[in-house]
Amino acid sequence: MSTNTDKPATLLGWVDARFPLMSLWNDHLAKYYAPKNFNFWYYFGALSLVVFVIQVLTGIFLVMNYKPDAASAFGSVEYIMRDVEWGWLIRYLHSTGASAFFIVIYLHMTRALLYGSYKQPRELVWILGMCLYLALMAEAFMGYLLPWGQMSFWGAQVIISLFGAIPVIGGTLAEWIRGDYVVSDITLNRFFSLHVIALPFAIAGLVFLHIIALHEVGSNNPDGVDIKKKKDENGKPLDGIAFHPYYTVKDLVGLTVFLMLFSAVVFFGPEMGGYFLEANNFIPANPMSTPQHIAPVWYFTPYYSILRANTINFLWIDAKVWGVVFMGLGVLSFFFLPWLDRSPVRSIRYRGGLYKTALTVFIICFLILGYLGVQPPTETKTLVAQVCTVIYFLFFLLMPIYTKLDKTKPVPERVTM
Amino acid sequence: MRSLLATILLAAFTQFAVASEGGLKLQNANVNLSDQASLQRGAKMFVNYCVSCHSAQYMRYNRVAADLGIPEDVMKANLMFTTDKVGEPMLIAMRPDDGQAWFGVTPPDLSVVARSRGADWLYSYLNGFYLDPKRVSGVNNLYFPNAAMPHVLWELQGLKRAVFESEKTHDGATVEVFEKFETVRPGTLSEVDYQRATRDLVSFLVYVGEPAKLVRYALGIKVIGFLFIFFLAAYALKKEYWKDVH
Repeated sequence: MSTNTDKPATLLGWVDARFPLMSLWNDHLAKYYAPKNFNFWYYFGALSLVVFVIQVLTGIFLVMNYKPDAASAFGSVEYIMRDVEWGWLIRYLHSTGASAFFIVIYLHMTRALLYGSYKQPRELVWILGMCLYLALMAEAFMGYLLPWGQMSFWGAQVIISLFGAIPVIGGTLAEWIRGDYVVSDITLNRFFSLHVIALPFAIAGLVFLHIIALHEVGSNNPDGVDIKKKKDENGKPLDGIAFHPYYTVKDLVGLTVFLMLFSAVVFFGPEMGGYFLEANNFIPANPMSTPQHIAPVWYFTPYYSILRANTINFLWIDAKVWGVVFMGLGVLSFFFLPWLDRSPVRSIRYRGGLYKTALTVFIICFLILGYLGVQPPTETKTLVAQVCTVIYFLFFLLMPIYTKLDKTKPVPERVTM
Repeated sequence: MRSLLATILLAAFTQFAVASEGGLKLQNANVNLSDQASLQRGAKMFVNYCVSCHSAQYMRYNRVAADLGIPEDVMKANLMFTTDKVGEPMLIAMRPDDGQAWFGVTPPDLSVVARSRGADWLYSYLNGFYLDPKRVSGVNNLYFPNAAMPHVLWELQGLKRAVFESEKTHDGATVEVFEKFETVRPGTLSEVDYQRATRDLVSFLVYVGEPAKLVRYALGIKVIGFLFIFFLAAYALKKEYWKDVH
């Protein structure tokens, strides 16, 4: 090994001769140049990684004490809450972490919509991110069954039954997912396995790919300016600063603020008024008694509203089937954004009124749909949900038109601070 | 399979809030978990009046003793009727099937009832019994119509009659609206004392629902205090590094 001679005789040199430690460190941290004009919206990528770590660490300790068994699952959660040292804290960190995960991910996605981060050349970053969003939804859905309360049970029963609405194969598919005719001990066992092994692996792998893809093309920024176009004589972008130490210390500040808010929920209101932990989920699962109000946890409610908004039988197909179709399309629509958006600029700062209006209306509709999803439906509410559902899809369908028509402003050569 | 799916979807699509049974506003339980004497009185009421039919299977006697400042020998001598092992959970001797046969429904375990029902509901329920000859138990409940539970605390509260008024709704139907309670037979406690006693009991149930509640607020203040100091340091560090970014 002649290459050993040009390395210093240190532990680092020894490792570096055998593993690309310094080059990894440099490529992804010390010499990864990120635009210097990141704002508030750029905290949420790092924060979602932190929340993932919180979920994995607390999850490890929960699995040590939890029993994936229909007869003892509910009791084992109460055992964690009472008899396991600090079990209540571990459990609340995990349950609050689930909701926090969606909060930071929704903000992270909003950032992409604001600054066109999904646009060329970041299409793959975006698609991998959307795959992460889907994996996260599956992870959250399966995790929610594990406390084996009434909401766990009936929520799973309703969502799995949605697959039953698919023509021809639906019934068999739903049975295949459950492993039984109803949600049962078998379902609990497989959801436990998927929740603690399969999906966390999938998420970790996708996070890795998401970051590798991002570091290949470089981060976008609030101006949507390509910083790689202006480099100094060393090849370092003029508007770029090293991720470490600049953004590691900046993210540390954001992380601390996030942890303060997170702790406020964990210690002062882990139920979050019934939105993070639902009151009905403190009643053990009972297949013989359907709760009067079954609503999914808040992070699924926009899609649940879309599902319920479909009340018209159309083309000889049941309204229920349309509901399921549109709910699925509602999530999948995001995948096509890079190709639906025809605007020559990325950032909302240089876009015209059309896109600004469309995005504002879309976000308002998404929030209204989310709100309606936790409410019992009335005639008026269903009508509002239908209007919002139509607007939701128009945002995507008409995007090629309004982004093309939109009057954009000239994009500066360099980023603005 | 298809009909099960239909039932489930129907249940999902037609939702009604549970809280407004009878359209009554719940009474405020006003529990105070920092009042240890109240929790101790509540524990005493719980083991004397509730644990014959209702268990708290996830709550251990010695944990109650430790959390509420009750010496274990006092606990053993005065508060344990179903077991003599202080590390045991609060179980009952009654079999679930017997409960089903005697009351029509197995009395539920009360470990987390305060979390599913809420303190205000429990307090209202315990203050909502009134005489109703139509019921087997002789009483009905304003907040839980046709509840199977008899008025276990009747000796303390006495017995009341509910006065309803007929009111016409805007679509012409007549509905019975609760007006007030009238005492038929006074109990051993005054009205105020009964309210205090039920408040103690509800406080205890809130504690049983989540024993960590006694410690988590104080710990939360410390954690957030630490994070705030850490924030100041992190912010100073960020400012220092970012001085040379233009």
